[in-house]
Amino acid sequence: MPCVSPDGKPTSSGITLLKSLKSKALSPEEIANETGQPLFRVRSGLRELMGVGFVEEEAGKYKLTKNGEAMLQ
Amino acid sequence: MSEELSREKFAFPVLGQRAPDFEAVTTQGTLRLSDFQGTWLILFSHPADFTPVCTTEFIAFSHIYDELKKRNVELLGLSVDSVSSHIAWVRNIEEKMGVKIPFPIIADLNKEVAMKYGMIHPEQSKTETVRCVFVIDPESKIRAMLYYPLTTGRNMQEILRLVDALQTSDKYKVATPANWKPGDPVVVPPPSTTEQAEERLKEGYECKDWYICMKKI
Repeated sequence: MPCVSPDGKPTSSGITLLKSLKSKALSPEEIANETGQPLFRVRSGLRELMGVGFVEEEAGKYKLTKNGEAMLQ
Repeated sequence: MSEELSREKFAFPVLGQRAPDFEAVTTQGTLRLSDFQGTWLILFSHPADFTPVCTTEFIAFSHIYDELKKRNVELLGLSVDSVSSHIAWVRNIEEKMGVKIPFPIIADLNKEVAMKYGMIHPEQSKTETVRCVFVIDPESKIRAMLYYPLTTGRNMQEILRLVDALQTSDKYKVATPANWKPGDPVVVPPPSTTEQAEERLKEGYECKDWYICMKKI
């Protein structure tokens, strides 16, 4: 269940991950707790979202980039 | 192919070693072994999609999925089929047999993961993976391995029992006897000195002799 579709837009799983980061930076474990998605899927999803520039990581926590914020609006 | 090359090509993992790393295309996106760190993982292979024994196994694995999740265990399937084949097969299983396959399946077309885990047994098939099960713990160590031939479907209750036994051993620092199941007495680790052997019989365990003592947990 990839989080980014071939056209570079987030899938529904990707949107779920992005929404969980809307107001705060979270660790993958915290995102898994918040979204109910399995931890392995959160980690792979974050990797994909980072790859297209919607998310960035700092000291183990993930937050939205400007592009990620724009995607949610 | 020299014997040495052959051994290298068909490398087999060893209990207790760190499970070989991989990054693989699956039905749920690209996954790495490290994505499963912190959870138990059952990595299992099947010979081919759209085959009868494998289909019964996938249905059976789906039936124990919730039990595995309760034990903090994720499932990850693998065969050398393409991701399109996997998608078509799991859709067919859901449509014809009413069972949703909730776990990801690796499409190991180039056999990269299969070779790292010794899943190809040429005497069984040179092109298909045999029915392997690797139980990998939250620190990515291989804790148990099962290898079944192409003809023989696996027993899901034994896989659950194996997970229960490993987790019980870790939690209570004990071993589990033959045919153990949750609730049964466990084996107290045998003494390693004569002094401990003498004391063991006074420690209140249920002992047949100094080296075979059981206790309830």
